[in-house]
Amino acid sequence: MLTNILAISLGAILTNNFIFSQFLGCCPFLGCSSKVDTAAGMGLAVVFVMGLASAICWVIDTYILIPLGLAFLETLAFILVIASLVQFVEMFLKKSVPSLYSALGIYLPLITTNCAVLGVVLLNVQNNYNFIESVVYGVTGGLGFMLAIVLFASVRERIEFADYPECFEGFSICLISAGLVALAFMGFSGMKIF
Amino acid sequence: MITILKSILVLGILGAVFGAVLAFAARIFHVEVDPREAAVREALAGANCGGCGYPGCDGYAKAVAAGEAPCNKCVAGGAATAAKVAEIMGVSNDGAEKMVAFVPCSGSNEAAELRFNYTGPEDCRAAMLFGGKSSKMCTFACIGLGNCAKACKFDAMHIENGVAKVDRYNCVGCGACVDACPKSIVKLIPESQKIMPACRNMDKGAQVMKICKVGCIGCMKCQRECPADAITVVNNLAQVDTSKCIQCGHCADICPRHIITYFGK
Repeated sequence: MLTNILAISLGAILTNNFIFSQFLGCCPFLGCSSKVDTAAGMGLAVVFVMGLASAICWVIDTYILIPLGLAFLETLAFILVIASLVQFVEMFLKKSVPSLYSALGIYLPLITTNCAVLGVVLLNVQNNYNFIESVVYGVTGGLGFMLAIVLFASVRERIEFADYPECFEGFSICLISAGLVALAFMGFSGMKIF
Repeated sequence: MITILKSILVLGILGAVFGAVLAFAARIFHVEVDPREAAVREALAGANCGGCGYPGCDGYAKAVAAGEAPCNKCVAGGAATAAKVAEIMGVSNDGAEKMVAFVPCSGSNEAAELRFNYTGPEDCRAAMLFGGKSSKMCTFACIGLGNCAKACKFDAMHIENGVAKVDRYNCVGCGACVDACPKSIVKLIPESQKIMPACRNMDKGAQVMKICKVGCIGCMKCQRECPADAITVVNNLAQVDTSKCIQCGHCADICPRHIITYFGK
């Protein structure tokens, strides 16, 4: 059990990183990574939402959809769950952590359409994970997302002062460096854990 | 049939439950928003031009409601909006001076000598990559490929005959063109200022004569004849001191190069 969880965690964080190996959640990854602080906040929000979404979606899938023979409604029901959850997180942050709320700006509602969140709950079903495995996969998937976005934000902060050809200015140098960071993560992809 | 009914029922119940939870959470996590913020936001022009220096109209409204920003920063709305915002905030309106964009260059295609024929992309920055910072002989000149016109959201900036011209009626003074000009030629001047020399060439007179028919040669005529001593020639270029200028328009009449623009007419 423990080794299984460890394998899932390492897989979600490194080898099957949501951004660099599965290419899910690229929109906030590029949009919200210009500062490390904002990136870390966005990462935390995604960890929170992904963990919670995994738990709630697993319960809904196992105790409502599958017994009723409505497994084909998974995608629809999960979108409903995620959308409500993000609304909830937004209200919670607005009340409790206003600084983070204003730092995330328009990116928080964007988690609703963050495919990494929908991806993780659908992968939970696909991989037949139990409740604990699902939550672990959700949280570590979010941590992998956070690792990727914080790493990339640090790279982008250094790019600000780098001397690169003028024609790459702005978004193009950002995409090029995203590709390079992704290449570095490809190094993990051959690893087989346990 | 039963599957369809079940699907509708399950999704309906799920949606209702989540809706109820959200409604409940909205009560618990309710945040008091300054009602003046919404009122200020309503009063603003809503162009999201960024002329106030805040991120969009929402950002400015928030700053005003928090008392961090003056009431007269909405350039697109002008004096009327400033008065409305001041009324909402209950402070006196200290009268915003309306600014308009001004292009201090008159070097149209006929007047300015060309260095080479530029046929590249229609973009001032692209043209600047070639030597001399312009296809015109004058290194100070407006390139005239219209980055400012593209940046203008109010149809107030047009390229006429190779040089940017401001439509003062449409201009709201948001400063988008100032930021868009790669040569930092465009500037904002108070609308009440009717006199401005439309040249920024600092070369010596003889050199200017060779390259532009409408360049300031620094002849000092305006400086000598100005009744208010408002014009001085610095670095071979006439400059108006807006605090002293009495807007008489005499300099515009006597300028031998006809480059001092008088908007009063």
